[in-house]
Amino acid sequence: MKRLEPLIYELSSPGRRAYSLPECDVPVPSGAIPPGMAREIPAELPEVSEVDLVRHFTRLSQLNHGVDTGFYPLGSCTMKYNPKVNEQASRLPGFAAIHPYQPEETVQGALQLMYECSRYLAEIAGMDEVTLQPAAGAHGELTGLLLIKAYHEHRGEKRTKVIVPDSSHGTNPASAAIGGLEIVTIKSDDRGGVDLEELRKVADRDCAALMLTNPNTLGLFDENIHVIADIVHEAGGLLYYDGANANAIMGYTRPGDMGFDVVHFNLHKTFSTPHGGGGPGSGAVGVKKKLAPYMPVPFVTFDGSKYALSYDKPLTIGKVKSFYGNFGVVVKAYTYIRALGPDGLKRVSEDAVLNANYVMRRLVPTYDLPYDRHCKHEFVVAPWSIKKRTGVRTTDIAKRLLDYGVHPPTTYFPLIVEEALMIEPTETESVETLDYFVQAMLEIAEEAEKDPDKVKGAPHTTPVGRLDEAGAARNLNLRWRKPGD
Amino acid sequence: MHPADRRYTKTHEWLKVEGAEGRVGITHHAQDHLGDVVFVELPAVGKQVKQGEQLCVVESVKAVADCYSPASGKVVKVNKRLADSPELLNKDPHGEAWIAVIELGDPGEVSSLLDSASYDKFCEEESGH
Repeated sequence: MKRLEPLIYELSSPGRRAYSLPECDVPVPSGAIPPGMAREIPAELPEVSEVDLVRHFTRLSQLNHGVDTGFYPLGSCTMKYNPKVNEQASRLPGFAAIHPYQPEETVQGALQLMYECSRYLAEIAGMDEVTLQPAAGAHGELTGLLLIKAYHEHRGEKRTKVIVPDSSHGTNPASAAIGGLEIVTIKSDDRGGVDLEELRKVADRDCAALMLTNPNTLGLFDENIHVIADIVHEAGGLLYYDGANANAIMGYTRPGDMGFDVVHFNLHKTFSTPHGGGGPGSGAVGVKKKLAPYMPVPFVTFDGSKYALSYDKPLTIGKVKSFYGNFGVVVKAYTYIRALGPDGLKRVSEDAVLNANYVMRRLVPTYDLPYDRHCKHEFVVAPWSIKKRTGVRTTDIAKRLLDYGVHPPTTYFPLIVEEALMIEPTETESVETLDYFVQAMLEIAEEAEKDPDKVKGAPHTTPVGRLDEAGAARNLNLRWRKPGD
Repeated sequence: MHPADRRYTKTHEWLKVEGAEGRVGITHHAQDHLGDVVFVELPAVGKQVKQGEQLCVVESVKAVADCYSPASGKVVKVNKRLADSPELLNKDPHGEAWIAVIELGDPGEVSSLLDSASYDKFCEEESGH
């Protein structure tokens, strides 16, 4: 096996420095650090020269796979290309070099951007008010559920049940549990949508909300959405829209028009800001008028001449994030929305859906299609017949894709499809890239028949081969120890 | 083929009646579908469970799955070995990797569970694409 990049501690040699500060030319007052607080032995930091430092981190960065290095069809994650102009805009000093405690009159531009971005998102979602505070999608879900809880409580109703379909994103039940609500899971029908009979059975006086992604995690649009909304609303519950799949619908339909009361958008997915390394994200939440009184504070107001931050919401659930959310991400999303405009955003969804259907139809019948319908921005296939004949599983196919320089699709999700491969090409990929991916998938399927062990042993060309995932989870070893310690 | 000395649920747990108690675990079929198990969150001894209620959580490299109690009653014993050796669930799901022992609250419930032949058939249908 090729030697992996050593840890920076292993590169350390006493006395080396990447950067040396000049001698301090002012007297250091004695007692500047209180006794007992000053370090007695120097910290054992790695000591490396500048060139070794730069090479170390550059090499590490080259071991990475990102949207800027290759195709990344990770279902549900919307790994679209992020235009560089977004980065440029977010680094303008008027946005990047301001302080959250600065007087409002000195940050009018930033406040205007937040105000306008909220209005655009409200329009795209079909909602009345939007908060930019939540830091990511699941945080948006929690915020939305707290708003729903506050709404019911204010009306003197004790509703504790949140209904989620068995195809839902794992964060939906998780957010409900964190919000102190009880989760009821309902089965999907044979078209992959919400089973209306099942829903009728559980939509009762305890129902606080139904959480739904539409299109759902199978990439299928639930045409019964108005019936679903009526069932939940008649029971006194509210509808929560998980916006993870919003890339499929922009300009074509709006959660508000479908009957949803609350929605979160993942600005970092749909509105193109880099994500996948853990953030930062932004989970803007939009609501209908009836939930507006409970929204987080502060929010930006505009009186026709100046922008201001207001705390005037007596029934607010309070702050959900320090200051005003991940502002840099909001700048990037704003840039994206302004660059594309209404027609451009509509085209985004159109191309995302077209790309997904193109790849889906080309992979069938080599790969099985559990729900044979037109998909939206993503789809789920499974190598059932390949597995039956050759023993090659989804994991093996995913690992083999690494040898083609492609990030694997989402695997084993949604849970209702065995051996699921969830593929989201996004709108930013050319037909050549899509063809390359299809070709790779078909070649792997062929290889599975001829030489199954080669697929089962993949990847073969990456810096490390097949990792022992179970071993890594069972015997966590995350700490470097000094030799001899 | 699952052993005939016990009963099964459609959610892939088994229950083996031992006098007034029942030993509980997950089936071979369940562990095969979960893949390598990396963590088991055991129930607390003394916990009261109803049939079909969540008993514990099993985490594998693929998924986190709830495991439901095949019968109502009180948890009187848990298999502490699983805390350190979750891989036992892959190696011996019907034997050494039992999860808990429940003092059966309603022995009549047992007849509502599947016998091994029906469970085998159920598994086959479920993965019958």
